[in-house]
Amino acid sequence: MIYWNSLGDFLAMGGYGHYVWGSFGLTALIMAIEPVVVARHQRATILRLKRQMRAESRTESPTRSPAEQRNTAA
Amino acid sequence: MKDRFNLYRFASPATFYPLAGKMIPWFVALAVVFGLAGLYLGMLVAPTDFQQGEGYRIIFIHVPASWMSMFIYLVMAFWAAIGLAFNTRLSGMMAQALAPTGALMAFLSLWTGALWGKPMWGTWWVWDARLTSELILLFLYIGYMALTAAIDDQRRADKAGGLLLLVGVVNIPIIYFSVKWWNTLHQGSSVNLTKSSMAETMLWGMLLMALCFWMYSIAVALMRARTIMLERERHTDWAKALLAGEGA
Repeated sequence: MIYWNSLGDFLAMGGYGHYVWGSFGLTALIMAIEPVVVARHQRATILRLKRQMRAESRTESPTRSPAEQRNTAA
Repeated sequence: MKDRFNLYRFASPATFYPLAGKMIPWFVALAVVFGLAGLYLGMLVAPTDFQQGEGYRIIFIHVPASWMSMFIYLVMAFWAAIGLAFNTRLSGMMAQALAPTGALMAFLSLWTGALWGKPMWGTWWVWDARLTSELILLFLYIGYMALTAAIDDQRRADKAGGLLLLVGVVNIPIIYFSVKWWNTLHQGSSVNLTKSSMAETMLWGMLLMALCFWMYSIAVALMRARTIMLERERHTDWAKALLAGEGA
């Protein structure tokens, strides 16, 4: 069932090892990093929005800019 | 409006946000399962290629990445058309969420193509129709991201970006048919609907890898879409309730 005779054969890829593993390696790296970056950005965004919301509720009405009033009125 | 037609409900961020959150783990699980099955078939079981030796195995990521790079662009263009026609909030967010993954797929397509071209053609790169049009696709993704990031007003950014996406969609059939229309170094397609020139295990390995890339792209795009949604809708009741509670 398995095509390869040994691990060495598999890694050598018939002499094309650098090209094959260079392709698979970078793809795996990107697919491992992208979700982590997205998840970290999500966590950071949520924390920032929570902070903003708390700050906005502390400095209620008098000091608010017209733009903020428009946004919260919606 | 909200209750008139059921589909509209899912177009509302308040519904979409929790739904996407529930769906993401499933898409991740499917991506892992399809990926492992595809790698097993493609890298361990499939026989060698009589012309290209083991170097052909790059196909198991080159083709899925190339397909996704084109398909993601079409989905973005679809959202752009919906957004420009009906002025829906969700469409701009979806296009924005898909763009970085599409750009990465276009980059991976070019990268794996270069690593495949070097041993087979003797060169990393040629200015051939297939390669050049794929490079233009990468530039379209980058252009879309730069353009929408440069415009402060979100609605105008979505409109400008949407127009760019719709104009650029002409590039997709050019990429797809380039190997037929022009005499290129790039080989023709190995798969079509009626017959395939590949061994069965190779074909299945490639299709499973394509499904893996598909599920991966959906999962990452949904993650990104949720963040964009929360950010843009931060002044609405549903987002405020979510940020105030534990759930976010």
